[in-house]
Amino acid sequence: MYSFDIERPTTLEDAVEALKDEEAQALAGGQTLIPTLKQRLAAPERLISLTSIPELKGVSAKDGWITIGAATTHAEVAKSVSAYPALAALAGQIGDPAVRNRGTIGGTLANNDPAACYSAAALASGAVIQTNTREIAAADYFLGMFETALEEGEIIIQVRFPIPEVASYQKFAQPASRFALVGVFVAKFADGVRVAVTGAAEEGVFRWSEAEAALDSSLAPESIDALEADDDGLIADIHGTAAYRAHLIKVLARRAISAMS
Amino acid sequence: MKDGIGAPVKRKEDKRFTTGKGKYTDDIRNDNQAYAAFVRSPYAHARVKGIDTSAALAMEGVIDVLNGQQLTGDGIGNIICGWAITSKDGSPMNMGAWSALATEKVRYVGDAVAVVIAESQALARIAAEAVEVDYEELPVAANITAAMADGAPQIHDNAPGNQIYDWELGDEAATDAGLAEAAHVTTLNITNNRLSPNPMEPRSAVATYDDAEDHYTLYTTSQNPHVARLVLSAFYNVAPEHKLRVIAPDVGGGFGAKIYIYPEEITCLWASMKTNRSIKWTSDRSEAFLTDAHGRDHITTAKMGFDKDGKITGFKIDTLANIGAYMSLFSSSVPTYLYAPLMSGQYNIQNIHCNVRTYYTNTVPVDAYRGAGRPEATYLVERMMETAAREMGMDPAELRRRNFVQEFPHQTPVLMQYDSGDFPKILQMAQDAADIAGFEARKAEAAKRGKLRGLGYSTFIEACGLAPSKAAGSLGAGVGLWESAEVRVNPVGSIEILTGSHSHGQGHETTFAQIVADRFGLPVENVSIVHGDTDKVQFGMGTYGSRSGPVGMSAVVKAMDKVEAKVKKIAAHTLEASEDDIVIEGGEVKVSGTDKSMAWHEVGLAAYVAHNLPDDMEPGLKETAFFDPVNFSFPSGAFICEVEVDPDTGQTEIVNFTSADDFGTIINPMIVEGQVHGGVTQGIGQAMLEQVVYDEDGQLLNGSYMDYAMPRAADVPSYSISHHEDSPSPNNPLGVKGCGEAGAIGAPPAVINAITDAIGTNDLAMPATPQAVWNAIQAAK
Ligand SMILES: Cc1cc2nc3c(=O)[nH]c(=O)nc-3n(C[C@H](O)[C@H](O)[C@H](O)COP(=O)(O)OP(=O)(O)OC[C@H]3O[C@@H](n4cnc5c(N)ncnc54)[C@H](O)[C@@H]3O)c2cc1C
Repeated sequence: MYSFDIERPTTLEDAVEALKDEEAQALAGGQTLIPTLKQRLAAPERLISLTSIPELKGVSAKDGWITIGAATTHAEVAKSVSAYPALAALAGQIGDPAVRNRGTIGGTLANNDPAACYSAAALASGAVIQTNTREIAAADYFLGMFETALEEGEIIIQVRFPIPEVASYQKFAQPASRFALVGVFVAKFADGVRVAVTGAAEEGVFRWSEAEAALDSSLAPESIDALEADDDGLIADIHGTAAYRAHLIKVLARRAISAMS
Repeated sequence: MKDGIGAPVKRKEDKRFTTGKGKYTDDIRNDNQAYAAFVRSPYAHARVKGIDTSAALAMEGVIDVLNGQQLTGDGIGNIICGWAITSKDGSPMNMGAWSALATEKVRYVGDAVAVVIAESQALARIAAEAVEVDYEELPVAANITAAMADGAPQIHDNAPGNQIYDWELGDEAATDAGLAEAAHVTTLNITNNRLSPNPMEPRSAVATYDDAEDHYTLYTTSQNPHVARLVLSAFYNVAPEHKLRVIAPDVGGGFGAKIYIYPEEITCLWASMKTNRSIKWTSDRSEAFLTDAHGRDHITTAKMGFDKDGKITGFKIDTLANIGAYMSLFSSSVPTYLYAPLMSGQYNIQNIHCNVRTYYTNTVPVDAYRGAGRPEATYLVERMMETAAREMGMDPAELRRRNFVQEFPHQTPVLMQYDSGDFPKILQMAQDAADIAGFEARKAEAAKRGKLRGLGYSTFIEACGLAPSKAAGSLGAGVGLWESAEVRVNPVGSIEILTGSHSHGQGHETTFAQIVADRFGLPVENVSIVHGDTDKVQFGMGTYGSRSGPVGMSAVVKAMDKVEAKVKKIAAHTLEASEDDIVIEGGEVKVSGTDKSMAWHEVGLAAYVAHNLPDDMEPGLKETAFFDPVNFSFPSGAFICEVEVDPDTGQTEIVNFTSADDFGTIINPMIVEGQVHGGVTQGIGQAMLEQVVYDEDGQLLNGSYMDYAMPRAADVPSYSISHHEDSPSPNNPLGVKGCGEAGAIGAPPAVINAITDAIGTNDLAMPATPQAVWNAIQAAK
């Protein structure tokens, strides 16, 4: 780790101001950033901690939406988001207790690891990412592996999820990191079913639209039996081939649908 | 006896470990502390054309940047392998030169080319990044196949075709004949996956040169500080032994990786003299993956023949072993004398032939790792038995029973003379505990849930208690493998045991105290164990090969015999009785059949005040002994693993794991269980999760826990463990056999045999990851 300074602003304005400096970087739970620093893969001069800003914390439910402050930990989401059980269950399966008690939803979404869990929930739910300057629809937010629509210095303040009629997240853990080797989030809303896949693709989270179309007519596991997920663009690494990941997408999607009915 | 042999005494050392009060090498901080960071090669094979240190040297706080030319120029010797193996054509092994800092060539990613010494660790690392090395990349051979290929890059000039030796054990003609007459021959092609040892505490060294005394002190993470001192002195010319003190304080796990003397310790010692500063280096986890000696890495083809009754007629093995870029301290012995002599397993086999060819590759050195050679042999033998049983349509337990050695001593055709055991009984114990009879019902129930349930055996033997020195010497070992002990009875009667066995997780502070408590009837609290410091303890050989019990404790027993004899003399003299009538019991030294006695501490005091000792007796009460075993010890066991496989994903769950072991006499059942838990879990790690992967350019692809999968608590079931104690080792005074490696040796084949049983194909390699199991299921369709 290279040495750095750390600031802990208590207002959003101070944080935004501090992050205008090119050498500054936001720090939330540090579960991604600190290992990156330890491996000497990044060398910011200053870290701006976001965890002392009250607006960035907490969970509330209103009018069919869940709102989660960006600096809310996975453990907190697992415990308090009772109105959206699939989302709470997802948060409760991230990493281990140490990771869940520090890692945050904002940090996860800003980082956009192609194997992160929340991205699947955000995309399948049609969540809205609220930053200090604008609202970004999940469909426009994830731009590829570790790439998002966030501008330099832009801070996620909260994430809003519409609550589906029913949903399920099925995660198949990569044996070493226990991130998602493949994770499939299926959510049913009044206007249709959305299926988002994480862990599998080079470009990060994506929607499996053939499955969505099939499920729109009938939300049953058999509806996707005739489909095969395309392995084009899927990740192939020491933990799984593209073909294996493609196979898992279907297995997990079926399991999610079974769990929903 | 409350705290004696067989009592589950809680570990005396755990208060310090669990409250953060352990003192590890990295906790040492000297007044003139400086820090080392190594400049490591990013290439697996390259010529070093130049090293530009100017930018690093210009940084404030950088004390010096030192390189391999300077190191060899100062007469620091090359790192050696201490076990000479002779090829079957009579030629010696081809050992290539290994300098602690590379001079002309680098041979694996992580090979050190220079060291930066600076005022802080952070600064040393930043300066190391500023050292510019001019490399000329060379072609790479990153695995055995590439190293053997025609036109493969030559890694060491004196090892043509990268071969180190072509060695054999056993009678090839007789084995061929045995196979020719067989009614059935089973052939297996298997790999033994390469592993990274991952002790919890990474390696570390603090080296301090004292110019006033011309003396060195090295704190280091070693399993054998005396061996480290010997080698540093005799081969690396760091300093004569009396000018070098090596201390291995609390050490957080070793698993073999901390047996060897690595470039970093040598360099820190030398750099301390060069800079006249105390030098500290502590590996981080990334460096550990790159530079700690790895384990296993074999490719093997083997054939086993059976007659019509299932009796083994011959076993022929052809193994290729990867030794990495350099020959580490005991590397040559692992795929030879720690491997081939185990090929007889628990079976009566008349004809065995094992050929081993060992190769250099552009990877980190490979050496002994928990089990060392014996897991590789056991994996082969036990997969062979299970596969053969399936091919012949026999019950795998029955096939084993038909071939079990039943009489002891038993001479195998591969050097070993088994001294004791009861293989049928231990297998039965495991079968009873695992409820074999209920398996079919469990399998049917699992099938209803869409799961494939399978069961696999491993009945294994180990050669532990390394090792009879004379035998080891005749096989090429550069050292003897005895152990030493000193028993010091203090004037107040408390006892210090100085042992050459090093404890780095094994619990010696408890178990060694128990054997003393048992012998003299004293509370374990009155016994303390001193180890790990060459200035305090007489020369000893250290801890590996499950030797602390069979060899280390035996030395303590021999020294206690001498203490007891003297105690009896003193008591007889004081109590005016005959020596033969003196008994030591419950902390008292008594004249049997009378009420005359002395308290234990009174004898201690009498020895030291020396007011009334027999005329010819020296004062004091302290004895030393060296124990050299006459044979290996032969722990054995039967493991039964039961798994459920999800055919949709290939995910495997171990639902039951049963271990029935013969460790001989058990000193502390709780500690033994801990060793079994750890060993079996490590074996499950090898079977299902772990594998070091280098790409063809020799880059390590999984050098962090994000990609190298270690077993976790949730990956393993609650183990069923039982012990057979009725066949104690006849070759040491306590009858102990050693328990440190059994789990890692026996577990992998049990797991793979269970998974292959579940999925109905024998074609599955370790690690049986979900992907690998799923592939095997698809391929078998
Ligand atoms: C052992 C382990 C296991 C894990 N397992 C999983 C898993 O199974 N599934 C999973 O999804 N994740 C997993 N993670 C990742 C975990 O969820 C992290 O918490 C997450 O990736 C990052 O969140 P953080 O709060 O720690 O962010 P940090 O590490 O602090 O920051 C990450 C990045 O986001 C930026 N950032 C942080 N907050 C904001 C904000 N509000 N606005 C803009 N930018 C911001 C930072 O500048 C940085 O670039 C695991 C991590 C570890 C260490």
